[in-house]
Amino acid sequence: MIKKIFFQLVFFNLFFLKEVFAAESGGMPQLNPEFWISQIFWLTLTFGILYVVLSKLILPKISANLELRKSQIQENIEAAEKQRESSEAKLKEYDDIISKSKLEANNIFKEARENVLKEINAKKETLDKQIDEEVKKVEQEINLLKKGASEKINKIAIETTSELLVKLIGTEVNSSSISAIVDDLSKRNGNKYYGN
Amino acid sequence: MAANPMTQFEVYRIGPEIKIGAFDISFTNASLFMVVSSLAILIIFNLGSKKNSLLPNKVQLLAELSYTFVSKMISDTAGSKAKPYFSFIFSLFMFVLFCNMFGMIPYTFTVTSHIIVTFVLAAFIFIGVTVIGFIKHGLGYLKLFVPSGVPIVLLPLIVVIEIISYLSRPISLSVRLFANMMAGHTMMKVFGGFVISLGVVGGWLPLSFSVALTGLEILVAFLQAYVFAILTCIYLNDALNLHH
Repeated sequence: MIKKIFFQLVFFNLFFLKEVFAAESGGMPQLNPEFWISQIFWLTLTFGILYVVLSKLILPKISANLELRKSQIQENIEAAEKQRESSEAKLKEYDDIISKSKLEANNIFKEARENVLKEINAKKETLDKQIDEEVKKVEQEINLLKKGASEKINKIAIETTSELLVKLIGTEVNSSSISAIVDDLSKRNGNKYYGN
Repeated sequence: MAANPMTQFEVYRIGPEIKIGAFDISFTNASLFMVVSSLAILIIFNLGSKKNSLLPNKVQLLAELSYTFVSKMISDTAGSKAKPYFSFIFSLFMFVLFCNMFGMIPYTFTVTSHIIVTFVLAAFIFIGVTVIGFIKHGLGYLKLFVPSGVPIVLLPLIVVIEIISYLSRPISLSVRLFANMMAGHTMMKVFGGFVISLGVVGGWLPLSFSVALTGLEILVAFLQAYVFAILTCIYLNDALNLHH
């Protein structure tokens, strides 16, 4: 039912439309020369005025504005470039100063280290010398003592032997023969006692 | 009356009849929209060029973008020699564009949908380009009709074809713009008429069509102005830099 009404409406309207078109079919108004002269006149007038005003007043201004902006931007870019360069130079300077001072500090440190090392070495050497000397002295003393000790021991051995002999046998024996025996013994057994 | 799609192109007198001699130069609706378009262009570009700030406002940006757009179009197609004709091509492009665009507003009149208007513009361009060509190259401009590298046997035919194509330039230029405008607006009117006659029940389809057509027509309005201007540039290029 609704469908039927819809189609009826559509067809009725189309029919109506056709009637309207048929009733009012005229030619193209564009081909009616009634107002051609008027259109040409007004076109020339308006377009002429538009052209004159645009070309004499407005377009030069726009072009000048664009040029000005371009140059201004260019200037700004150049200024920024200059500042960047100067800042870069300053940064370089700063870096140089830092690296120089680092080097200096390194040198000072090295020098100080060397000085200290030299001093230490010198002191060490003198100390070593002193120690060596003292060691030598002591060794000499020890050697002296060693030598003296064997003689003393021999003496003591001779004396004790003669006294023992006196007490045991009751007679005095020639000390030179005792000393010869003791010397002989000590020479033979000296190694055992003194470790030489 | 409203259903006839051609009534929108009718020219009628506004105000009294003005006559100079035998010529009727009365102010009509066509004249009104020529004046309106020109005034709109002048107002917008005057505002856009008034003060120069480093960061342009919207109107200034519009003016400057249009300026660079047209200047790039000219330098791309006609080279640096076409610089003196920049103002003319700029005015032409803006005039056609604004007339087309004002025509897109409902109940307005489309100036460029009249063959006489587009033909006068095209004829002026044609005559101007021809005069420039003859001034720049003298009779050497006639070499335009003799393309190089064509066999001598074919030359008479080619020359005739070239001359016909050259002479048909104003016709093709004017008819292209006029026909595009007229056809588009007629289509919109027809679909608008369908919306009314089919009513609430069946009118939605033509209505959606109408909406889509409006977008298309705005595109066409810009495109035809661009084509008109760029063809002018190409003709000017032929006259300034003789390639053949």
